[in-house]
Amino acid sequence: MPTLWIALFALVLSVVGYALGRRRAMVSADGDIRNLHSRPNYYGVNAALTGLVPAFLVLALWTLGQPLFLQNSVSGMISDAQIEETGSLGLVMSDVRRVADGLDQAVAEGAMDAETAGNVRIDLTDVRARLGEVGVALGSAVSQETLRAAQAYRAQSSFGDLLKTIVVLGIALAGISYAVMRTNATFRARNVVESGVRWLLIAAASIAILTTVGIFLSLIFNTVEFFRLYPAGDFFFGTTWQPSFTGRGGSSQLGVLPLLWGTFYISLIALAVAVPIGLFSAIYLSEYASPRVRSVAKPLLEVLAGIPTIVYGLFALLTVGPLLLRVFGDDTVGWMQGGTAVMTAGLVMGIMLIPFVSSLSDDIINAVPQAMRDGSLGLGATHSETVRQVILPAALPGIVGAILLAASRAIGETMIVVLGAGAAARLSLNPFDAMTTVTAKIVSQLTGDSDFSSPEALVAFALGMTLFVITLGLNVLALYIVRKYREQYE
Amino acid sequence: MNDMRLIERAVDMDDIKISARDVQVYYGDNHAIKDVNVDIQDKTVTAFIGPSGCGKSTFLRCLNRMNDTIDICRVEGDIHLDGEDINDKRVDPVQLRAKVGMVFQKPNPFPKSIYDNAAYGPKIHGMAKNKAELDEIVERALRRGAIWDEVKDRLDAPGTGLSGGQQQRLCIARAVATEPEVLLMDEPCSALDPIATAQVEELIDELRQNYSVVIVTHSMQQAARVSQKTAFFHLGNLVEYDETGKIFTNPEDERTESYITGRIG
Ligand SMILES: Nc1ncnc2c1ncn2[C@@H]1O[C@H](COP(=O)(O)OP(=O)(O)OP(=O)(O)O)[C@@H](O)[C@H]1O
Ligand SMILES: [Mg+2]
Repeated sequence: MPTLWIALFALVLSVVGYALGRRRAMVSADGDIRNLHSRPNYYGVNAALTGLVPAFLVLALWTLGQPLFLQNSVSGMISDAQIEETGSLGLVMSDVRRVADGLDQAVAEGAMDAETAGNVRIDLTDVRARLGEVGVALGSAVSQETLRAAQAYRAQSSFGDLLKTIVVLGIALAGISYAVMRTNATFRARNVVESGVRWLLIAAASIAILTTVGIFLSLIFNTVEFFRLYPAGDFFFGTTWQPSFTGRGGSSQLGVLPLLWGTFYISLIALAVAVPIGLFSAIYLSEYASPRVRSVAKPLLEVLAGIPTIVYGLFALLTVGPLLLRVFGDDTVGWMQGGTAVMTAGLVMGIMLIPFVSSLSDDIINAVPQAMRDGSLGLGATHSETVRQVILPAALPGIVGAILLAASRAIGETMIVVLGAGAAARLSLNPFDAMTTVTAKIVSQLTGDSDFSSPEALVAFALGMTLFVITLGLNVLALYIVRKYREQYE
Repeated sequence: MNDMRLIERAVDMDDIKISARDVQVYYGDNHAIKDVNVDIQDKTVTAFIGPSGCGKSTFLRCLNRMNDTIDICRVEGDIHLDGEDINDKRVDPVQLRAKVGMVFQKPNPFPKSIYDNAAYGPKIHGMAKNKAELDEIVERALRRGAIWDEVKDRLDAPGTGLSGGQQQRLCIARAVATEPEVLLMDEPCSALDPIATAQVEELIDELRQNYSVVIVTHSMQQAARVSQKTAFFHLGNLVEYDETGKIFTNPEDERTESYITGRIG
């Protein structure tokens, strides 16, 4: 039975469990709710959850674990010679899985009956051709060993699926019956459900945290691999970014500094645009605008946040770049050589960030209690003095948070850079030069067919890690600032 | 009311500082102040008493146009300060509020240091020529607010970190620091212990030498102790306004009598 069906079936069981639990509670209370410890719903929910939660847990673990288990047991059937020939165990195993899937598909389409699929032999049938008929393309002829492994894989996995169905539904049934049996008027279903809900919430929170850890780990292995192939010192302190392409020979220079500088420079310009404009519009919207203006202007400003960054990229490429070139290009002062430049990307990115700063700051300024404004106005301060001396200081931690959030966005932005700033890694002070950023280079190092073993490809992970650490640092800083200042108010 | 220390009630001067005529206040459709006429005398302490929700704070806020900040609030009628209509277009509410200071019902210290809280008004109005003078003004204000001894060692600590009663006195200090001509105090002693209350009352009495003070209070004893004139509000109406001694010993309206003897409220 496919996983989805098992899940649905368990869900149906739990609904039945709900009805049963509730009924039994009502019966044991002689039909009078007041005799129950908890409201009847709680008995139903208790029965449903006691069945559903462990069943789903086992289902999830089994579904994740089965392929790993099969991989292990089947890989024993592959000889060293085969591994030698194909390159690595991983490649052989992926062949095995494709053949197994192909057999499945052939059976499903009726091109092969189940029995043949279970014992075809390479010397009697051209498996590759047969599979080709049903649309499964295999790179090379299938060896006997691979085929045997694939057949074993199929057999074991269908047995595993069957076992999974039985175990999961069995657990659901057992849980529900246990809960229904325990149900009687004095059973504290409400407290049990309460703690169940708590564990559910904890589980949700830990999934979020574990995912972060997982992302971190997936980066770290490849990063470590990269630093084995390429000296860390050259990476962190190298001032040249010049990856050579495999086959063309020569050694690559993979210094991160030009990329970091590009990232930093573009973000700086973007923030220089976004922070004042965003902050001022937030102050206008929250302190000066009439409710009517505000109700129109705020959504309009937030539309900016909804524009896809690729559209901003086009705007940079087609409008802002040429415009800047006309003003600062060779015809006038000659600072700018082409439309793509740090300035182009920075300006457009700044426009993109305005709503981040303004919308968040606006909320934060609105959260400053009216009593603060009254206090200041009551002492004879003007409106702008009140904003400057009382409201902004009170809202500062939140505003700093908003700005750092915008900075994280700026650092992580890719599309605008690719289209607006060019692809040249360069260390230069001239904001009208083309430069590039860490994110843009991650993309360009990973596109094209690089195998993940050369430093040129692995450097992408080191770059990702560097970005991750920088944004993490920014967020920690933001948290620290917010905490430090928050103590001052209530 | 016999045990009350009824202080000398003679009003020194008959100058009228603020005169209000036919004042109406609406919050949306809610008619919160109805036809209030009142003359507040210079160098006098005037007490506003009345049950909760009767409009004391609302009327007080009319006197320095703080109701301007509430969108749904509409004020009608004439209020004159020193003979000048405060709702006139030519009157700058900012200047008005510098002249008519206010201590709010809920303490609202700024999220700044204690020093900066007290120095806020003087700095804005340029009252000090240099730091030393500002220090002096701040110290004087904090002493008058009866909080100097408690905070003199931690002037840099945030004002929001003080206790509720300390915050209330800090707000009083902040208001007197700007030397307003009229000081409106909305329940300034609601969170204070008897000692601090006595100190604040002393301050009010001292302020009376030069300024006029309007105080809202729920304590009959306090009204009787500090004020020369008392106004009794009930359901948005000004029921009775007279010499404090008269209000507390021989009120004309029976609602006033019921209230001060504790039968309504
Ligand atoms: N900001 C506001 N918005 C709407 N209605 C208000 C507002 N402030 C006060 N009111 C209404 O105006 C009336 C008078 O309120 P006010 O605060 O003046 O009473 P008060 O006499 O000061 O009471 P208390 O002694 O409890 O402070 C009340 O009915 C109240 O609901
Ligand atoms: Mg009030």
